[in-house]
Amino acid sequence: MRRLPPVPGEWIDRDRPLTFRFEGRSFRGFAGDTLTSALLAEGESMLGRSFKYHRPRGVLSFANHDVNAVVQLGDQPNARADVTPLDEGMTLTAVNTFGGLRKDRASLLGAMARFLPVGFYYKAFHTKALFPLWERVFRALTGLGKVDLDAPRWRTPKRYGFCDVLVIGAGPSGLAAALAAAEQGARVTLVDENARPGGSGGYALGADPGRARQTAELVDAARAHPRIELITGAYAAGYYADHWVPLVTPERMIKMRARAVIVASGAYEQPAVFRNNDLPGVMLASAAQRLLYRHAVQPMHRAVVLVANADGYRAALDLAAHGVKIAAVIDLRPQSCLTDAELALTKRGIRILPGSCIVEARPGDGGRVASACVGPFEERGNTPTITETIDCDGILMSVGWAPTANLLYQAGTRMRYEPSLAQFVPDVLPEGVFACGRVNGTYTLDARLLDGRRAGSAAAAHAGFGEPKTITVPPETDAPNHPWPMIPHPKGKNFVDFDEDLQFKDFENAVQEGFDNIELLKRFSTVGMGPSQGKHSNMNALRILARLTGRTPGQVGSTTARPMFHPVPMAILGGRGFHPERRTPMHDQHEALGAVWMPAGDWRRPEYYARPDVARDECIREEARSVREGVGLIDVGTLGKLEIIGPDAAAFLERVYTSRYSNMKVGMTRYALMCDESGVVIDDGVVARLAEDHFYFTTTTSGATAVYRELSRLNLEWRMDCGIVNHTGAHAAVNLAGPRAREVLAAITALDLSAAAFPYLAVREGKVAGIPARLMRVGFVGEWGYEIHVPARSGAALWEALMKAGAAHGIRPFGVEAQRLLRLEKGHIIIGQDTDGLTTPLEIGMDWALKMDKPFFVGQRSMEILARKPRKQTLVGFTLPEHGLAPKECHLVIERNEIAGRVTSIAWSPALQRHIGLAFVDPDLAARGHFRIRTEHGAMIEATVSPTPFYDPDNLKQKEVS
Amino acid sequence: MKIMTCPINGPRLISEFAYGGELRAMPDPAACGDDAWSDYVFHRNSAPGVKREWWCHTPSNTWFIAERDTEQDRILRTYLYGEQP
Repeated sequence: MRRLPPVPGEWIDRDRPLTFRFEGRSFRGFAGDTLTSALLAEGESMLGRSFKYHRPRGVLSFANHDVNAVVQLGDQPNARADVTPLDEGMTLTAVNTFGGLRKDRASLLGAMARFLPVGFYYKAFHTKALFPLWERVFRALTGLGKVDLDAPRWRTPKRYGFCDVLVIGAGPSGLAAALAAAEQGARVTLVDENARPGGSGGYALGADPGRARQTAELVDAARAHPRIELITGAYAAGYYADHWVPLVTPERMIKMRARAVIVASGAYEQPAVFRNNDLPGVMLASAAQRLLYRHAVQPMHRAVVLVANADGYRAALDLAAHGVKIAAVIDLRPQSCLTDAELALTKRGIRILPGSCIVEARPGDGGRVASACVGPFEERGNTPTITETIDCDGILMSVGWAPTANLLYQAGTRMRYEPSLAQFVPDVLPEGVFACGRVNGTYTLDARLLDGRRAGSAAAAHAGFGEPKTITVPPETDAPNHPWPMIPHPKGKNFVDFDEDLQFKDFENAVQEGFDNIELLKRFSTVGMGPSQGKHSNMNALRILARLTGRTPGQVGSTTARPMFHPVPMAILGGRGFHPERRTPMHDQHEALGAVWMPAGDWRRPEYYARPDVARDECIREEARSVREGVGLIDVGTLGKLEIIGPDAAAFLERVYTSRYSNMKVGMTRYALMCDESGVVIDDGVVARLAEDHFYFTTTTSGATAVYRELSRLNLEWRMDCGIVNHTGAHAAVNLAGPRAREVLAAITALDLSAAAFPYLAVREGKVAGIPARLMRVGFVGEWGYEIHVPARSGAALWEALMKAGAAHGIRPFGVEAQRLLRLEKGHIIIGQDTDGLTTPLEIGMDWALKMDKPFFVGQRSMEILARKPRKQTLVGFTLPEHGLAPKECHLVIERNEIAGRVTSIAWSPALQRHIGLAFVDPDLAARGHFRIRTEHGAMIEATVSPTPFYDPDNLKQKEVS
Repeated sequence: MKIMTCPINGPRLISEFAYGGELRAMPDPAACGDDAWSDYVFHRNSAPGVKREWWCHTPSNTWFIAERDTEQDRILRTYLYGEQP
């Protein structure tokens, strides 16, 4: 192996030499090299170790699928050497070795191969007792590179792209397609994973520079076209609905939306299966061609070329033209096809052995291939006899291709196996998806260009540009694929899957064990489950399975192709951390007061206000005490705040809530309970009547969006004469509560706050601190209180005015936790905490809120049925003894070793000086008056059923004494 | 990601939409028996085929009807409630 003199069109820049280190030694290369090409140019053929047996491996595809040649590159664990660009000063080590690449101690595993049969993992893990042992062994032996947990965060904002026609693959057919589509007027994006466009048009030449020139002209035309955007170094990672394709570049993901997609992704060359087909120096013919023409690397001095198609002959010509001695061309096919390439080889005096195969490759010192043992090829025969051994330092394999149809499968294309090509080709394509080139079963260059133009025209027409042109693509005359490139060998090591080290016999064994379906075979043998995801193994595995089970490849079918097409870095997928959150207008005030935040849906709410040197629970109790004894202020701006206006407003509310509203006086409020059609409680709030045809009402914080949305839908469906407005984000709201609330409010409003003028449950409109406000006298926390709603822009001013006015009264802000405690003392339930997805009003003592004599409300009919059935559970209040353990929310009520309920709320009540709570229990336990709760460590606690409210049972605190 | 066409706002990403259930006529609660009512409340026909469904474009709170072929995963057409073409 060596670097050649300059090759026309080479990708390397000889004016920019680079140095780097690999496995502790220094090497040189050029800008434009990949790690693999630079190492090969320096004579290194062993690039990595295989996953299972730690066999030495070199180049296989040189096309982003060489998963045995992956390196640790700084904090990047598994850089693929075949495509990673070389940079100055890089320090690389091979992954998956024990003591370095050359003397990998784990290579002993190769000798133990017969103890590592197919399905080894399944068998090892079958015995549970041995699981911990095997887990330790596997964890030590497997896994590739090392993840650096301290790697800096990599920010990758996504980009959104739009085009009329997206062409995936900038090889000859893709270029032709892009140009055809653009000429019809479509805006085209042409994407290719390689650093430069051209695809096989730049290297599969058969020593004919005319082919390269033709491709270069197409590239120039595409670059010059104003409607073509060319993106190189980016792969299409998947196909998603309605032509949404993520294009992954080294920096970011482009989410590309197209009107039509052309898949011109080509084909993966497939290895032949013969003994030692994995030795360094044995590679796919296209890999050698890429090394030659892109990086001016001569991959070997003396080659044996194993072929079964015209591509192989062209590869032999390419090698011969660059100084490689072709020892022989071994053709699996019985007769030569007399192509131009074949004749050219014969003219050069190169031996062609038709009907032959490589029985095995043999390594020399250093592990590289040193000879090929050749024998007659019999498709159905056993291991052939070796008739000749040919010295060589490289073997090329060119026996067939597998279509790069991953995206076509993902898009829902029905594929069919075409026997004349021995390949799967698209049969029925989804709307707006097109295929051309090798993936479409078109192989000769002229046919591919025609096929590209056909697809480009059709795609542009689909996107609304011009008419699809009728272009006839001539059928292939020469099969590009061999249906059975397998040579069995009693000693094995004839690899089918290079990622997972699976040999030919592993498939025979798997099928014998009954895994004779392609999906089962895959999971049992792990074929196609390595990093390359079967790009070089699925087709051969499928051919083997078909033959072993007496079916055709078409009958066997292929495994499901899922995104991603290629491993996508997590950072690219994750993109930027973006978590929208909603803040109430008083957010800054809470922050200044030491708020400890908690999430409430999208909102952030103060859980409590931290005070120096005071523990959390004590802070919460202090906040609660100030409400009970003085005055407190809580931000309730997260509640849903809706308005309904119109002649049918009252009638509408009566249909969606369980209570009656038509008889409500203007200026009054009423509790509102909402059920779904099955009679399950879904939301609650307060309805205030501002005028005969005008109501303002609240919903729970978490229900706000869904309630508004559903009410809008029902209003549309019922066609009632009213309109609903959502003020949730437009209004701020606070609850001022405590025995001194009225005094505080009186200082900053001219409203008459006397009990007669503004009684309990009334709603009033007026100004507070000069701000127009809606005030409701409600008692959620069980004290004299006002819920004050103002425009959001005035929320902060309202908060500050109330805090200032309350200062003399010792006002304290209180958070969600104190409110939960205070409402629990009142026995008020929280929907979603004290109810679940099956709770009916009948189970939570809300019968009083159901006006069953109304003509209709959502859930009414179901409630009629439920009312006739025995209750399954009932929500009760309970108290615990003064001292001792307390359970937590969701701890279970146990009766006779069976679950008989659960705790929904629990807190230590300062008012009662003991724990109080709410629990769902069996109705007979509720009647008995006591039950037992199991705590997390198994201790049982006796709870006593208690009537609610626990605190101020006659509601004297929150309203005027009559 | 799929695209859905809102009758008011035009084609938008499916992530902007919320599903509101199949469009079904409620039986007369006063006239129907318990079994018929339970059937209406709890049973849905999930057999693949063409469905008429409520969908909402959430940023604009626009409810409309979508006809969807759940077998082909295709949105056939969308229109405002009561304005079936």
